[in-house]
Amino acid sequence: MFHWLEKNPFFFSVAVFVVISFAGLIEIVPNFAEASRPLVGMKPRTVLQLAGKNVYVKDNCMSCHSQLIRPFKSETDRYGDYSLSGEYAYDRPFLWGSKRTGPDLHRIGNYRTTDWHENHMFNPSEIVPGSIMPAYKHQFTNLADIETAYAEAVTVKNVFNTPYADDLIGTRAGWDAYKPKVLAEAKAIADNMKNKDVKDAVANGEVPEIVAIIAYLNSLK
Amino acid sequence: MQSNAALEYDYSIAKLFTYTTILFGFLGMLVGTLIAAQMAFPELNYLIGEYGTFSRLRPIHTNTVVFGFTVSGIFATWYYVGQRVLKVSMAESKFLMAIGKIHFWLYFVGALVATVSLLLGYSQSHEYAQYEWPIDIVIVLIWILWGISIFGIVGIRREKSLYISLWYYIACFLGVSMLYLFNNISVPTYFLTDGLGSVMHSVSMYSGTNDALVQWWYGHNAVAFGFTVPIVAMIYYFLPKESGQAIYSYKLSLLSFWGLMFVYLWAGSHHLLWSTVPDWMQTMGSAFSIVLILPSWGSAINMLLTMKGEWNQLTENPLIKFMVLASTFYMLSTLEGPIQAIKSVNAIAHFTDWIPGHVHDGVLGWVVFMIMSALFHMVPRMFKREIYSKKLIEVQFWIQTVAVVLYFTSMWIAGITQGMMWRAVDEYGNLMYSFIDTVTVLHPYYAIRALSGVLYLTGFLIFAYNMYKSMTSSKQLTEEPQFKTPMA
Repeated sequence: MFHWLEKNPFFFSVAVFVVISFAGLIEIVPNFAEASRPLVGMKPRTVLQLAGKNVYVKDNCMSCHSQLIRPFKSETDRYGDYSLSGEYAYDRPFLWGSKRTGPDLHRIGNYRTTDWHENHMFNPSEIVPGSIMPAYKHQFTNLADIETAYAEAVTVKNVFNTPYADDLIGTRAGWDAYKPKVLAEAKAIADNMKNKDVKDAVANGEVPEIVAIIAYLNSLK
Repeated sequence: MQSNAALEYDYSIAKLFTYTTILFGFLGMLVGTLIAAQMAFPELNYLIGEYGTFSRLRPIHTNTVVFGFTVSGIFATWYYVGQRVLKVSMAESKFLMAIGKIHFWLYFVGALVATVSLLLGYSQSHEYAQYEWPIDIVIVLIWILWGISIFGIVGIRREKSLYISLWYYIACFLGVSMLYLFNNISVPTYFLTDGLGSVMHSVSMYSGTNDALVQWWYGHNAVAFGFTVPIVAMIYYFLPKESGQAIYSYKLSLLSFWGLMFVYLWAGSHHLLWSTVPDWMQTMGSAFSIVLILPSWGSAINMLLTMKGEWNQLTENPLIKFMVLASTFYMLSTLEGPIQAIKSVNAIAHFTDWIPGHVHDGVLGWVVFMIMSALFHMVPRMFKREIYSKKLIEVQFWIQTVAVVLYFTSMWIAGITQGMMWRAVDEYGNLMYSFIDTVTVLHPYYAIRALSGVLYLTGFLIFAYNMYKSMTSSKQLTEEPQFKTPMA
């Protein structure tokens, strides 16, 4: 049979394809629906938090930080309750990471504050001596893309039925009407910050990346 | 009967991809060395503003060595090996020549654009699949062009039976196609919202735990079909060609090939041990990872036994030395992987530096060594000149071998140290170390790893210089060498 396959490239390719398809079908498909289910009462992230998540992705925080607390006492002592599948149900993409050069962040919202993040992101080794994390000063001047975050929220609401409220509408007018809510949320964060440029920017209706990412980090609980 | 000597193969596409293999190899390893140094000396994060942090550069390192260096090497060897084992020249078909050229140029331009997009922070955040959707579309086109090239030349072949290397090239094509497509399905946000926000943004088709499963089914098997399958294709061609020895066992090749095809894909979930994916999937991942030793070692042992009775070649021919060491590192790496996939070991190893350690003994010791050996074998035959310097190959060999050993030993120690410190408790059961203690303790190992990067990169530069000289100014050959590659 193998000799025959080696002379018939088409059937050879079909055979390879069938053999390599098994695993994915058997491992991914059966639990797909169950693994998509959110915890009861869980809310999707706000537009500002999504914008922060996108800053997290853009600066690729997951290259050094995980968001997955494993069910060991040493991990629950350090980070809090172990992670549950349903907590991630609205995460697109998942941001578990694969390396802990820095600590896990899945519940960092429980034990770090806006103030702490502001100082830490500006100069990590001042807050944590010995830290090898680079400073993310550019997040204090770069603006977060809240419009794209809004587009993302609308998209997941319409395509995946993520339970957002009905005032998310996928048009320019919809965004113009919604934007003040995002700015109000940003202002609540900026009120707890000290950096003057950041506060001024928010007062002028702009959202620096640092405000968005802090909103996101605070939502990790 | 067809005379082999009469056939002039056309290497124009293979040459182009040879250049990009060397170019992207250098760039990818340069960035790799930089980010390794950043972990020991964090001031190096600020060389190019926000674009130069470890976090922004790491995907550039991984994607450049995977999709730049390795994939170039796969294409270069394919455009060389494909014609020869099928006994048909590319030049016989104008169509295939055109496809080859488009394939190369789309690939080259695509690679540059893709790298810039990562530097600017456009990312889907899936490891080794970061590129945003417009670049994914270009990658799919590049891959389809390669498919046309493979099946086009298979279609006009004179040798009816497909040689072992071809099985692996075809499997690489099919496997990567399937994995890449499924993992990158995403919904661009711009088009569903009347043009709000960035065109470059999309959301993954899958969420949370499912996204993790699909991603690591992809991530693990991108390694399978990018770093294993096509590299095995190379060694099945180049080791017998260089040594003049026939493959030890056809049956072992069969077992290894079909075994690898069936088993590899299951093991992806070992990246998700102790996570929120169901236990039975984790156990499947562990179990199949152990089984994976069989087909992996099958190929490697087949290679080593091919050299049976000919071990003197190891001292006479540095290319044989490279390939034998590559097989050996392949065996090490494919034993280490399954060990890490055991749940109790994984509890310590996961999230630590032992994982990059494992990856690098595989890629530096196996993938890069094999691709370099392949180019050493091909260049004299494509450019009709002997290798410029045997001495430089020897120097390069030892520098890089030392570098690999330094890399994985330092990362083994770093990983296990960190894993143990995270879980250490005092006599009252309280955690003994704060997280930062487990970072600062690793400094010496990070410094050793950075040194190993410098050494490996130096070796690669020697390789690049030797290649350049061999292409342009070494002694010309009047006829194609049959086995051992001639070198000065």
